[in-house]
Amino acid sequence: MALNQDYVGKVYPPGPAYLVGREKVREFATAIGDDNPACHDVAHAASLGHPDVVAPPTFAIVIAMQALDTAILDPGLGLDYSRVVHAEQRFAYTRPLRAGDSVVTTTTIESARVVAGNDMLTTRSDIATESGEPICSCWNVLLARAAGEES
Amino acid sequence: MAATVAFADVEVGTELPPLTARFTRATLVGYAGASGDFNPIHWNQRVAREVGLPDVIAHGMLTMATAGRVVTDWVGDPGAVLEYGVRFTRPVVVPDDDAGATVEITGVVADKRDDGTVRVDLTARFEGQTVLGRAQAVVRLP
Repeated sequence: MALNQDYVGKVYPPGPAYLVGREKVREFATAIGDDNPACHDVAHAASLGHPDVVAPPTFAIVIAMQALDTAILDPGLGLDYSRVVHAEQRFAYTRPLRAGDSVVTTTTIESARVVAGNDMLTTRSDIATESGEPICSCWNVLLARAAGEES
Repeated sequence: MAATVAFADVEVGTELPPLTARFTRATLVGYAGASGDFNPIHWNQRVAREVGLPDVIAHGMLTMATAGRVVTDWVGDPGAVLEYGVRFTRPVVVPDDDAGATVEITGVVADKRDDGTVRVDLTARFEGQTVLGRAQAVVRLP
C-alpha cells in the first residue's frame, strides 16, 4: 500500500506539554546502562553548567515517539504499521535536554517514498520549550515491508 | 568528572575507549519501561517469531543509546553531543538465557572541524557483524 503523497509536508501541531522529570532521566539512563554522573547527580550537572540532570542524547525519542504516533497512525497516511521496522534515527540538538524542561513537539512528514518496493516514511519532530526555545530535532525513518515479503 | 577530553588533544584517528554491553531479556524489559516502547517483539518470543524474527530482538534505540555512551563517557558532558544519527542494519537477537547478547562498540574521531567540533564514527558489532550503519555523532569539545 503506497503512502499518500498528499501528506508530505503535513504538520502535526503539539499535544500537551511533556515535563522532563529528574527521576525519568535517571530511570532512562539506568536502563541504557549509563552511569554518567551528569545524568544522575544534580550537583555534578550544575558543575557542568546545567540547571538539573542532563538527559542522554537519545532520551528525546521518548518525547518524540508520543508526538510521532499521531502522525504514523494517521489513517489517511496509509502506513501499514504492522509491517514497520525502524530504519534510521537522528537527533540534532540546539541545546541539551534537562530535567525541568517543559516541552512541546511539532511533527512534520518530510518524505514518503518507495524504496525497493517498501514504503519509507521520514518524519521530523521538533522539540521546543513551551515558550518556543528550540531544543532538538529528531528525524525518524520507518520502513514498512511490502506485503508478501518475509524477513 | 568534568569533560575528559579537549579539542586540542584530539586528532583524526583518535580512538575512543571501547565498550562491551550485554543485553539480557531483563535489559530489554527495563528499556521498554523506561522508554515507553512496549512493542512485544522486544519481550515476547511468540510474537517475534510470528513476524518472522528468529527470537526476541533488542530495541534499535537501546543499541543506539548504548553506542552513544562511548561518546558521552569520553566527553563527560552528555550536553556536548550536538548531533547523533544511526541506521539500523541488523537486529540484535537476545536469547532467553543469562548470557544474553553481547554488543561491542568502538568509536574513532573521523573529522575535526574549525568550529571546535569533532565527528565520531561508531561501530557496533554483534556476533561479528555490524548492527548500525553510518553511526555518527558530532560533539563540541572544550
